[in-house]
Amino acid sequence: MHEVGIMESAIDSVLHQARAHGARQVHRIVLRIGALSGVEPESLRFAFDVVTNGTLAAGAVLEIESVPARALCAACAEEFSVESGFIYTCPRCGALSGDIRQGRELELTRIEMS
Amino acid sequence: MNPVPDNTPADEFQIHPLSGAAARPGTRLSAPLAAEVAATLAAGPEGGAAVRSVDLRVPLLEKNDILAERNRGYFLGRGLATLNLVSSPGAGKTTLLERTLDEFGRQTRCAVVVGDLETDNDGRRLHRPHAPVAQITTGGTCHLDAAMIARAVESLDLEGVRVLFIENVGNLVCPASFDLGEQVRVVLLSCTEGEDKPLKYPPIFKSADLVLLTKVDVADVLGFSRELACANIRRIAPQARLIPLSTRSGEGVAEWYDFLRTLTPQR
Ligand SMILES: Nc1nc2c(ncn2[C@@H]2O[C@H](COP(=O)(O)OP(=O)(O)OP(=O)(O)O)[C@@H](O)[C@H]2O)c(=O)[nH]1
Ligand SMILES: [Mg+2]
Ligand SMILES: [Zn+2]
Repeated sequence: MHEVGIMESAIDSVLHQARAHGARQVHRIVLRIGALSGVEPESLRFAFDVVTNGTLAAGAVLEIESVPARALCAACAEEFSVESGFIYTCPRCGALSGDIRQGRELELTRIEMS
Repeated sequence: MNPVPDNTPADEFQIHPLSGAAARPGTRLSAPLAAEVAATLAAGPEGGAAVRSVDLRVPLLEKNDILAERNRGYFLGRGLATLNLVSSPGAGKTTLLERTLDEFGRQTRCAVVVGDLETDNDGRRLHRPHAPVAQITTGGTCHLDAAMIARAVESLDLEGVRVLFIENVGNLVCPASFDLGEQVRVVLLSCTEGEDKPLKYPPIFKSADLVLLTKVDVADVLGFSRELACANIRRIAPQARLIPLSTRSGEGVAEWYDFLRTLTPQR
């Protein structure tokens, strides 16, 4: 369970931004979480309630955007998006790829506040 | 039924500090309601809420990532090969490192940083006169992070050391997200764990440079299929080198040392 620490870091940034903008309330927070980030959205949601309690972000909506993995095929240089699962087979030539180009994201991307 | 005074004087109402809404003393608005009321009150004359939206791109592990890069630069500058060993609890990390220090470590100077939730048992098992060891007890944290490594390395005498092994906390999930600044990530899967582990914990296997299938000496007794396990590892982690080995019987250990030698070219 390292989601609490990750959420603390997210809320630190959010509160910093909220103060910088003179906001009194945070309404919505958007995170981008890659399929390979190793972080569970459900655990993040649980941590969110705990970490925001008593802050300007209490009661805000947490939106989690999942980022699918993309990989580059070493055999034919095709870059492809992975729809589901963790076995990355090139749609063009069928080779397996371990060259990951997207999917490790773990980012705070939007704050709505007033 | 509680008697509710229907002629409450207006001065018994208070203004809620956050939302500006009027409320009876002692009435607390729930946070979502307070937010909604505040947004409504902040609405402009056309009714459009004065909600500002700020787009940014803040990596949540930025602090760790920066420290990891700093560690990497430090290791590189010292010509130090660093390996981060990750596995489930008990897959055989310490046992392999003990043997490695006793054999490979006699020719090539090695050091170890070992992390555990509690106890310094592993640090004591790894103690050798010819190899400095630093024990980190994380006190409940389920992974090592780059700051812990930076602190631990400061306490080590790295004079002449060519290889630094980092034994991570036994856990196949959390260490996947934390770069330590290592050159090589080694994931160990033991034959006692089942052939489908890579399919169940893909992020860590996807991040591996080397996968060690350990305890192959007991595979047959357990009815564990090495072929199936290797096939699963190759499907999930085609980028990784794969070495089946047994620290007990010695099978595959020479190949592991060869791998280590490729990281420490003669200067
Ligand atoms: N049969 C067999 N047993 C092994 C082998 N390597 C380790 N073991 C046994 O596996 C158990 C756990 O080994 P450790 O080396 O302590 O495992 P670890 O990964 O360091 O464990 P944690 O630090 O607790 O995560 C011990 O009882 C070892 O004797 C091996 O090659 N074959
Ligand atoms: Mg150990
Ligand atoms: Zn291809």
